[in-house]
Amino acid sequence: MKPARSRNLMAFAPFLLLMAAIAVYVIVAVLTGQTQFLTVENLLGLLGRSIALGITAVGQTFAILIASIDLSVANLISVSAVLASSIMSGDPSMMLPAIAAVLAVGVVVGLINGLIITQFEVNPLIATLGMALVLQGLLSATFNNFAGEVPEEFQVFAYGQVGGISISLIFLIALTVAAWVFLRFTRAGSNIYSVGGNPDAAKLAGMRTTRVVIMAHVICSVCATIAGLYLASRLRSGAPWIGRDGVYDLESIAVVVIGGTALSGGRGGVWGTLMGVMIFSLIDSIFNIAGVDAFAKQILRGIIIVAAVAVYAVRSRRIEA
Amino acid sequence: MIERLKQINPVFLVLALLFVAIAILSPYFLQPTGYMNFLKRAAPIAILAVGQLYVINSGGFDLSAGALVTLTVIGSSILLDGDASATWWVVLVMLGVGVIVGTANALVVSWLKVPSIIATLGMMITLSGVALTWSGGAPRGYLPENFRFFGRYLIKDVPLIKILPVAVIVMVIVCAGMWWLMHRTNYGKRLIAMGDNPKAALLAGVPLTETRIIAFVVSSVSAVIAGILLGGFAGVSTDVGVGLELQAITAAVIGGAQLLGGRGTVGATIAGALVLQAMFTLLNILGFPKPIRDVVQGLILISAVVIAGYRRRRSGG
Amino acid sequence: MTGDAIFEMKGITKVFPGIKALDSVSFSARAGEVHALVGENGAGKSTLMKVLSGVYQAEEGEIFLRGRKVRFQHPLESLTQGVSVIYQEFSLLPDRTVAENIFLGREPTNRFGILDAARMRRETRNVLALFGDRHRFGPDTLVSDLDVAQQQMVEIAKALSLNAQVIVMDEPTAALNDAECDLLFQLVEDLRGQGRSIVYITHRMREIRRLADRVTVIKDGKVAAAFDDVPETGQIVEAMVGRDIGHFYPDPATSDEVGAPVLTVHGGGNARLFDIDLELCAGQITGFAGVQGAGRTALALALFGAEPFETGTVSVEGQPVSLTSPRKAAKAGIAMLPGDRKAEGLMLMQSVRDNGMISARAFSNPLGAPNNTSVATLDQMDKLFDAFDLRAANYEVEIQSLSGGNQQKAIVARWLSLAPKVLIFVEPTRGIDVNTKAVIYAQMRSLAQDGAAVMAISSDLPEVLGISDRVLVMSDGKIVAEFGYGASETEVMHAATEAHLGLETS
Repeated sequence: MKPARSRNLMAFAPFLLLMAAIAVYVIVAVLTGQTQFLTVENLLGLLGRSIALGITAVGQTFAILIASIDLSVANLISVSAVLASSIMSGDPSMMLPAIAAVLAVGVVVGLINGLIITQFEVNPLIATLGMALVLQGLLSATFNNFAGEVPEEFQVFAYGQVGGISISLIFLIALTVAAWVFLRFTRAGSNIYSVGGNPDAAKLAGMRTTRVVIMAHVICSVCATIAGLYLASRLRSGAPWIGRDGVYDLESIAVVVIGGTALSGGRGGVWGTLMGVMIFSLIDSIFNIAGVDAFAKQILRGIIIVAAVAVYAVRSRRIEA
Repeated sequence: MIERLKQINPVFLVLALLFVAIAILSPYFLQPTGYMNFLKRAAPIAILAVGQLYVINSGGFDLSAGALVTLTVIGSSILLDGDASATWWVVLVMLGVGVIVGTANALVVSWLKVPSIIATLGMMITLSGVALTWSGGAPRGYLPENFRFFGRYLIKDVPLIKILPVAVIVMVIVCAGMWWLMHRTNYGKRLIAMGDNPKAALLAGVPLTETRIIAFVVSSVSAVIAGILLGGFAGVSTDVGVGLELQAITAAVIGGAQLLGGRGTVGATIAGALVLQAMFTLLNILGFPKPIRDVVQGLILISAVVIAGYRRRRSGG
Repeated sequence: MTGDAIFEMKGITKVFPGIKALDSVSFSARAGEVHALVGENGAGKSTLMKVLSGVYQAEEGEIFLRGRKVRFQHPLESLTQGVSVIYQEFSLLPDRTVAENIFLGREPTNRFGILDAARMRRETRNVLALFGDRHRFGPDTLVSDLDVAQQQMVEIAKALSLNAQVIVMDEPTAALNDAECDLLFQLVEDLRGQGRSIVYITHRMREIRRLADRVTVIKDGKVAAAFDDVPETGQIVEAMVGRDIGHFYPDPATSDEVGAPVLTVHGGGNARLFDIDLELCAGQITGFAGVQGAGRTALALALFGAEPFETGTVSVEGQPVSLTSPRKAAKAGIAMLPGDRKAEGLMLMQSVRDNGMISARAFSNPLGAPNNTSVATLDQMDKLFDAFDLRAANYEVEIQSLSGGNQQKAIVARWLSLAPKVLIFVEPTRGIDVNTKAVIYAQMRSLAQDGAAVMAISSDLPEVLGISDRVLVMSDGKIVAEFGYGASETEVMHAATEAHLGLETS
């Protein structure tokens, strides 16, 4: 009744989608005679343009794996970027305090999200949406333009290179590897899959499920603050709209789902998410090479998100709202 | 008696308290111009919220409503460009766009089995793209006076209440229609049954796709109507609809609607929209900067769900 | 068989808001015995076991484990001390492997905190070896690829891997077919042989006779009877029900009650069904027997348009019909009462009335008034509820507050409002207590007497035989045999499994 074959195919779906995106990219590049785009560096460069989305999405993967979701990441990114650049104010000696403060904010926001969801049994969409509004309101009430400035030393995060590969890309890949090891090889990671897959079973097995949910939310929020640090480093300053302009909340969810992690929880992983990020960047570049108008690009993007998710949804044959 | 009191949705109590607070702080509010202006400003969000309630009761979300409001305002102003004679067909075209958008949302959910949150998110991105492409990124054209009539015009010298904004009349008529469809027809009962348990509804003979299409169409058409009102009193801008879908969801939740379907009434949702608007008014009177609205909206959103959950658990439901 | 009790519960009292769920109940089990815990639904069996495992804490009473007084605050504490409860709803993760499920929440790790997958596999294999070679799956099999019986083995394996000395099984055969039941019985006997004590919750007399060493009957939160052996079935039933239940199944249809064929299928087939030729007659209850996966449910879903036939023809009262959706099937006069009431039948947050009226509302003008549809009015629905003796505080309460039997009555009323010609009952009495079962059977009979063709599908073979005027046996998606009223369990079972085995050896 539940053929194993279709499930195995599903496990490869992100990879197949990625291959399809690469194929389209190559075809478009060849057809438009722009073969200079067809190098490995260029492909890596593509991912390099999506570092902030990638970091956020790795965190979002944790939230979605426990069958939750986090809509507050975009505004948390803004908070983190503004906070970092105003604490640093161009002073290299303030880098560490700023980073510490920002990460602490991430931990606190994740804790609050997790506590509202577990202790008050509030639907995660609502809890994190509320958090998003609160963060944005507080931020916009305090700042209305670029605030502070990050010192040159801190810009290394976004612009530095090691052996020709950007530090931020290395960081994203290291983060993904760390997340994968955590999810795949530790008991805490295993607990995340269990709580997402069947919370009742996890509870009966004696697992403290609320702790697992809170942990996943803390990881998600901390990743968002790291993405904020990265953006501050790249833009050299933080502004209260950078998170929202990047639509990091919805896009991070979209790439996680395209990467094969089920919105119902308990299934998926960070490599799929990374592939989802690559698919998104490829689509962007395809439009660039093909010279698609920036606004038309947005239209196509909306359609592609829906189509990609449909690839997963149609197969699961469930009655869904 | 006390049992009966407990059954009353607390949103009405909160609304009454807010009105009292506003009236004390600003006696202007007790004047017809005061409360009528309040209702006028609340009209678009009330209409949007009830439209959203249809989708929420069906078990989904419509995140594309805000973008559709923007598209309505931008599109109407480009199509009209001050030509008053074209108003009627432009209004019809926009309502037609609403029907198409709603149907598309519903079909993507029904046929492609995409969760509505993703389907309507895609629609939101697509519609903003359309609005931006069409306008070139900045508002163009201009809305003639007879288009702005719905949002801006005040009927004067009405007995008892002195003035009556057209927007309030539109709100009353549209919301009454939506109340009737939700609570006094077989369709409304099918919709709520489907939101409660889609599989059971299907096996009981409810035509799910048809029911869902109508829910999404009601939501989209309500967004177009809200857009026409907003274009009337707020004017043309590319961010007129930003965040309105979240306000609409917040209003429905304040009114006690259950996310993912099965429970929610039109009356309480309208009250929820008025609570939200009253809260904004109150913050304004108290002199808080505008962004604080977001903070308050976030906090009441969460508290509304916490309180609803608490009441439900206590009543053993 | 005798010996000291491994565990002993004394004077357990548990109060929930409004009701005393357990009233001074004492219960114990010795090493190497199967102690059957019997009672109707809601009698307090599951509550008692949840007190034992620490899910609930009792207000009064004491629990002794190997003579030592214990007080479990959390299921984890009882688990680690050798008490495992296997609930009806399995607590397994479908997307994880057998090994991952067995070590759920207590995965072995090495000194770097990394999971020791090799050890998990090894220990899983060791535990599975206790089943001999009956399990046919390994540590790396995904649970979603296992059938119900195998999933139950994983649950048992989980208990064994914790070295459980006390294993509680809550109605373990509820979802098993007869062959799978036999396998389970062997496993239970093995476990007894290993000196473990098994608490076996059931209300099937056959299982008690086959397995139990002692029987305790619980009724209304009290011990109604405790037997030190296995008494006559009548004695157990009397203690359970509190009276003689007398005529359990209604009389079969007389020959003049059986009317013309209502539903005819010729050569019906789809991915799970082959060559279905079927005639259902008015006034007759046709039962369907077969092992799990034989195609009985698939047939019901095909007739109701949920998983339609792809080949063949169907006609209702001589008129050809196309059953491609539940809506079309219902319009053709076919009704189905789904097997999983909660997931497929009920709108839990809606009132009893709304649940009853939904089909009438689904088949009348969408803009019409919901309490006065062209199909049925609210008054008529209330009268149906009254006629069924549906017990509720009032008909406006949410249906989730009703008992399973009363919920079932509301769903029957829902379909009767459409005056269907064919009624398909899937697992009509699942999760319903003995008294209400008899009511449901009588209802099915009277629907048939009113001229409906009734189809009954149940995994409870005695039930199928008891209520049906004729029994069709299915195997591998085909109808393989037909029996009249009064067929014996053995001959039906033989027909259901023989064809199956024949196919496997070919």
